[in-house]
Amino acid sequence: MTLILSFFLLLPVIAIFAVSFWQSTAYSYSPAFIFENYEFLLSSPVTLSVYIKTLMFTGITWACCLLIGFTVAYFLAFHVRSLPIQIGLFLLCTVPFWTSNIIRMISWIPFLGRNGIANNTLLELGLIDKPLEWLLFSDFAVILAFVHLFTLFMIVPIFNSMMRLDRSLIEAAVDAGASGWQVLCNVIIPLTKPGIMIGSIFVITLVMGDFITVRFMSGGQSASVGRVISNEIALLQYPAASASAVILLLTVLIMIGILLRFVDIRKEL
Amino acid sequence: MDSKRPLSFYLLAVFFAVFVLFLYGPTITIAILSFQGPHGGLTFPMNGVSTHWFKELFQQQAVGDIWGSFRRSFGLGVMVMVTTVVVSLMGGLAFRKHFRGSAIVFYLAIASLIIPSILISLGVGILFNILDWDVHWASSGFGSQLTWTLPFGLLIMFAVFNRFDSAYEEAARDLGATSWQTLRYIVLPIIGPSLIGVALFGFTLSYDEFARTLLTSGTYNTLPLEIYGMTTSVTTPVLFALGTFTTVFSFIVIGIFALIYKLSSKRVKPSA
Repeated sequence: MTLILSFFLLLPVIAIFAVSFWQSTAYSYSPAFIFENYEFLLSSPVTLSVYIKTLMFTGITWACCLLIGFTVAYFLAFHVRSLPIQIGLFLLCTVPFWTSNIIRMISWIPFLGRNGIANNTLLELGLIDKPLEWLLFSDFAVILAFVHLFTLFMIVPIFNSMMRLDRSLIEAAVDAGASGWQVLCNVIIPLTKPGIMIGSIFVITLVMGDFITVRFMSGGQSASVGRVISNEIALLQYPAASASAVILLLTVLIMIGILLRFVDIRKEL
Repeated sequence: MDSKRPLSFYLLAVFFAVFVLFLYGPTITIAILSFQGPHGGLTFPMNGVSTHWFKELFQQQAVGDIWGSFRRSFGLGVMVMVTTVVVSLMGGLAFRKHFRGSAIVFYLAIASLIIPSILISLGVGILFNILDWDVHWASSGFGSQLTWTLPFGLLIMFAVFNRFDSAYEEAARDLGATSWQTLRYIVLPIIGPSLIGVALFGFTLSYDEFARTLLTSGTYNTLPLEIYGMTTSVTTPVLFALGTFTTVFSFIVIGIFALIYKLSSKRVKPSA
């Protein structure tokens, strides 16, 4: 286990780190120790705007996933009363996780396209008089796909936390005269915080590192950090890509570090 | 608990139904569209109903090699599945006793789960490049997929062993079972169903994995890479037919695992 992980996780990260200081020639790269890659990266205005864009995607996706995920998990955990139905509905939510992400992205095309279902329905209802252009291949589509793909990662840990919550605490709160809303805010949310944190970590890291969804759903019009890296790879600019990757990794690690202050993952399993 | 359901139940139920529709709607849409008539396009309206595009799919394609990539994805999925099950089981067993460095291995696993996948892809690619090895889906691709499936497997094993009642093992030891016999006849049957879960994770995550395999699969594509390539060049419902095909395949795999799970958990009734 350790061996495999070290070889395919630690060494590659070290390799990226090392190569990020190398110099690149037209078609190849060679060992060196230069800061040129970082200098270029950190001084370029593109970097800043790309990071802002990525953080925007992350923020909106995170908020949507949290809202939807929490509501769904809450419904499953506290409003569905029989265990088999609970498990059945839970599995219904998790099955898409085991199917292909790319296919699920493609699936949005007939829905969002210019002559797609969404536009046609709105036209028929008379809500709009010409097809909306921003549905497919836009930031909206990117976020929609993110939410579609990653809400699962929010539902599962929150549901797990909720199922382990001691029901007598809720009864006690009700007996003490708390309204449903008060129970939710003062009992359930604080106690499911670990689940929320774990879900957040997943969603944030997945969105930060993503490049396919952004490329595909924006039709190549939006940039994100992951896409910049994959473009640099496509141009064989490995040292530059490595430098971007190191910065991305640091950003993600800082964000996770902040989240981890609130939760001990190992206790939550 | 009172039996009358509050208003909030119905509101949340509607919300849940909408969510499920949101989750499955697009997939169902392309499933319907893949039966588009021969002259139909990528969106509604349906231009007749036919299996034209499936036939097209089964014929030789102008671009790419779907069946070859399907075979590779399947083979790789099985390899990853077996490795994930074996290694997670051993990892899970090892973690029950606190050994030196267990915290490091644990954080390594977590890190592996949350590191952006493109980094693994890039890193393994560069590493193989520096070592002057050839990237191939069965070596570097295999390894980089393991960095995704192993942590999942390990976390599931943690969850299983945290709920595992070690009194069964003690009872077996008291009856004179060797540690191997205890493992073989007590531990494995009890955790068997969860191992099937781990196997399902291993296979499906590998089968659908894209980002980590992108730079590490070498000359021969796996199926997700092939599909990705098609999205830029193919503009007929063949794409939908392929999508429907792999989704159905995924469902069949899930079904098979669910069946095995059911059979094996019936055989051993856990007393939980």
